[in-house]
Amino acid sequence: MQWLDGFIQGILLGGLYAQYALGMALMFGVMRIVNISHGDLMILLALIGVSLSVSFGLGPFVLLLVLVPIAAAIGYVLQRGILNRVVSQDPLPSIIATFGLSIALQNAMQQIWSADTRSIPGGGIEQASWQIGTIFIGVLPVIVLIVATALTGGIDALLRFTKFGRALRASAADVEAAALTGVNPQAVYAWATALAVGILGFAAVFQGLRSTVAPSDGPAQLIYAFEAVIIGGMGSIWGAFLGSMVLGVSQAIGFRINPGFGILAGHLVFLAVLAFRPQGIFGRS
Amino acid sequence: MSAALLSTHGLKAFYGDFQALFGIDFEVAPGEVVALIGANGAGKSTFLKSVMGVIRVAPEMVLLDGQPTGGAASHHMVAKGVGIVPEGRRLFTGMSVEDNLRVAIDHSAGGNDTWSLGRVYELFPILEEKRRDLVQSLSGGQQQMVSIGRALLNQPRVLLCDEISLGLAPKVINEIYAAIPSISAAGTAIVLVEQDVGLAKKASDRLYCMLEGKVTLTGKSADISREDISAAYFGAGHAVA
Ligand SMILES: Nc1ncnc2c1ncn2[C@@H]1O[C@H](COP(=O)(O)OP(=O)(O)O)[C@@H](O)[C@H]1O
Ligand SMILES: [Mg+2]
Repeated sequence: MQWLDGFIQGILLGGLYAQYALGMALMFGVMRIVNISHGDLMILLALIGVSLSVSFGLGPFVLLLVLVPIAAAIGYVLQRGILNRVVSQDPLPSIIATFGLSIALQNAMQQIWSADTRSIPGGGIEQASWQIGTIFIGVLPVIVLIVATALTGGIDALLRFTKFGRALRASAADVEAAALTGVNPQAVYAWATALAVGILGFAAVFQGLRSTVAPSDGPAQLIYAFEAVIIGGMGSIWGAFLGSMVLGVSQAIGFRINPGFGILAGHLVFLAVLAFRPQGIFGRS
Repeated sequence: MSAALLSTHGLKAFYGDFQALFGIDFEVAPGEVVALIGANGAGKSTFLKSVMGVIRVAPEMVLLDGQPTGGAASHHMVAKGVGIVPEGRRLFTGMSVEDNLRVAIDHSAGGNDTWSLGRVYELFPILEEKRRDLVQSLSGGQQQMVSIGRALLNQPRVLLCDEISLGLAPKVINEIYAAIPSISAAGTAIVLVEQDVGLAKKASDRLYCMLEGKVTLTGKSADISREDISAAYFGAGHAVA
């Protein structure tokens, strides 16, 4: 029973990881932009969410309505202001620029919010759960998983079937050729990053509700997102979702083997995928 | 002169400190087919890239409908009615044939709906058969057809073609060149960049020959002799081929 429980909790945890990983799948998987500040942006949004909910007494749902547009705006400005200037075939400039941004964000968050861990008050939803036999299933983690699934399906359909999705895939394949076909790649990339960071707005609220956030937490979230994208296969949106599930289940099962082993188990599965199927589960070799 | 749809005036282009074009004067009228020939490295692709805004040039060096457009971004040039089949085809890998074409439909120039998916498939029937296939699985000739179809679906008034015969078998080249008359019959002006002089001469109304970043010869294709072209193509010091 504890293995079934581990599996279920792992899938639910994977729902949260999928929300970190979706934006990464767009930026790293599709656009090939390495955004080292991905996790820090999520933490920044969560801390803004903490302050908003404490100052104005916003409930989780209203907080989502406020925070997601803020997140999207941050993404748009990030791409227009910084990333569009450094995007090229060479990933190094974007790594350096966002690494600098990551450090700056962490320092700024320490200054504003101090190093304390905080969480977003959920008005009881964070404790609610259903009991099935001996297994407890949290209401909030189920909501997180449902939202993650809906976001994944939405982004996947957007990429496949819309003008914006085709323009983004075309720009990612060949920026110059896309521009010569009438696409404005800089504008398309700005909206795509707005979307990617906008999704982090969801992740931030749910992370803040489910557990705690502190200014130095970003890099760990960054690693989970990277790992999920690579396990699933670069460029595949549902792959990133599946990769998040693999990561969540590995951690939850590992945790039941030995509480200290949980996080490590996730990293080991990631390394195993790199060694035996480097293109990822859904990736083409 | 006033009839020119697209023209360049003293066009100069640079790659850093290296000057690739030294004052190109060029024009093409609606419905006209103009060839631009020259050896490898003469500056033909650089000329097209300068027109399309890939290489930034001064505004008055490129005129479209008599209005200065030099240095405008590529997507603006497409929106104004200049389409290009770039050197090396430059398809969107990882996307299907039809999705490649749809990108162009999504961003077609306004005020013109000469081309549709159906008409492109009529022009190149094999593409309809392969429309769900990823473009990288197509043969070179089929990829070239996708690249041409994509440019047409931008609904250009001027179509720039950069070496569409390169690397293709003679039979496939004939198939692709057979499409030229039906494209210009729709009123579209065509600029054919070619290294194959015979092909270019036959398909065009007028031609320009380039050598080392300068136009060395221009005139009606039917009136220019092979000897004149050889001298202009290889430089005066060369023996007539
Ligand atoms: N990206 C580039 N950077 C520097 N020099 C270039 C670049 N592209 C082309 N050139 C140079 O510009 C000149 C013209 O090249 P190009 O326009 O490609 O010639 P063509 O298309 O006629 O073969 C050549 O000397 C070539 O080496
Ligand atoms: Mg060339």
